[in-house]
Amino acid sequence: MYSKKIVIRYTPDIVQQPIICQLVKQYDLVFNILKARIFPRREGVIVLELNGLKENFDNGINFLKKMGLQVEPLSKSVSQNIDKCVHCGACTAFCPTGALSFEKQTQKVLFDPEKCNGCEICVSACPVRAMEINLL
Amino acid sequence: MKKYKVKKTFHEINEKIKEGRAVVVTAEEMIDVVEKSGDVEAARKIDVVTTGTFSPMCSSGAFLNIGHTSPRIRASRVWLNDVPAYGGIAAVDCYIGATEVVEGDPLNSVYPGEFHYGGGHVIEDLVSGNVIKLRAEGYGTDCYPARKFEKNITINDLRNAILFNPRNAYQNYNCAVNLSDTTIYTYMGMLRPRMANANYSTSGQLSPLFNDPYYRTIGVGTRIFLGGAQGFVAWPGTQHNPNAYRGANGVPKEGAGTLAVVGNLKEMTPEWLAGASILGYGVSLYVGIGIPIPILNEEMARFTAVKDENIYTQVYDYSMDYPKGLSKPLAEVSYKDLRSGTIVIDGKKVITAPLSSYYKARQIANILKEWIEGGKFILGEPQQTLPSVEI
Repeated sequence: MYSKKIVIRYTPDIVQQPIICQLVKQYDLVFNILKARIFPRREGVIVLELNGLKENFDNGINFLKKMGLQVEPLSKSVSQNIDKCVHCGACTAFCPTGALSFEKQTQKVLFDPEKCNGCEICVSACPVRAMEINLL
Repeated sequence: MKKYKVKKTFHEINEKIKEGRAVVVTAEEMIDVVEKSGDVEAARKIDVVTTGTFSPMCSSGAFLNIGHTSPRIRASRVWLNDVPAYGGIAAVDCYIGATEVVEGDPLNSVYPGEFHYGGGHVIEDLVSGNVIKLRAEGYGTDCYPARKFEKNITINDLRNAILFNPRNAYQNYNCAVNLSDTTIYTYMGMLRPRMANANYSTSGQLSPLFNDPYYRTIGVGTRIFLGGAQGFVAWPGTQHNPNAYRGANGVPKEGAGTLAVVGNLKEMTPEWLAGASILGYGVSLYVGIGIPIPILNEEMARFTAVKDENIYTQVYDYSMDYPKGLSKPLAEVSYKDLRSGTIVIDGKKVITAPLSSYYKARQIANILKEWIEGGKFILGEPQQTLPSVEI
């Protein structure tokens, strides 16, 4: 089984079409919606966790791209700005997935993008604005 | 006078530092030294223990002298990147406070306010060497005729820039929780409802005043690490309170001593002075401070060996009790528990998070250690120690 969190971006012209359901129907993938938004100009963004066979996953992603959607791993949209982070750890109590945690030995704050679900709570909790999320 | 088995003076230790013979350890390392060899032996062996803290510290700011303009101005109102600075000091002197918010900020009218920029960020921009828009207004006098002045400057264009923080390095601080049903936004950070998290803000066993609980060696004139440069303790800080409730080891179990500190901002770096935006509360400044503690006798060895499990603080409800001014702690917890990631209050497991960076505090203690070992940092003997209490 293969599992990955992805960000899908819609343009206004296809935001109305039923697309995600095809991932289940045609590609036998299980999805979990972590976040979904439609913006005022009708462009949209969905954060999904997809589970299934690696082959089906790849085919499903190709399908999405063929439909004209932009797809990228969630880990590409979220980052810890190392120059700004002061390693206080204020974020660690809020991160629901454990993506942000203390490294025991050094007491540095580590970010594991693979665990992140894009909830953005760390952005609000960080006093030096070191967490950067770009879901648009 | 107490009789000590080991007796050293500032002068003797400074002579050793100059000769490169001083033995220096950090407050973390001192714990093991005293555990292994006892306080008397440790006091013979160790000359200086270094400490550190890196935390948002309100009650910080800088005196800036912008230099005389031509024609001259009596700059009564001053802005730096649109953040107001206090100009009522002299013609071209002003004070930029860490918690001053940029003009036009929506504040908490869009709740919770984001507070992107303020005095703390101006100070960070100054020490980063970034260009800052300086704007001043005067009312015009015979000697200072100009009424307006505007210029893009960097810290190098300032005649003087002096960091002067009236209250830093708090000896202990509350742990904050929220018992209400909605998220609240405080200077202790975001607090989720029904005690979902507990925030605290000191570096525990590494924190300067925990290692000299009665201020025996710290006072006016103590040389310190401040914002990456060498600075000084200028005075007891505002709200300095030696009469706080203390444990058997002398360590206060609530907010107690504070320091007013001073140093040359031009020598400081953004690594150790960083602007902070605290959601729904406002802006502040992260300040890095390290204080060397001379081991004058075995008592100082014992004090500097204090560890997290023997340092306690009080937990307060920031939704009701604290804002109302009722000081009724919910619980007492140790820094060992706080730093473990969870504490237990009334049988409930609560996730903890610091606002203070232990990583940076440790770096500061190590830098200070290198400075002293390398003979680059001489201890400053206090001209007067801080108000304290008898044991």
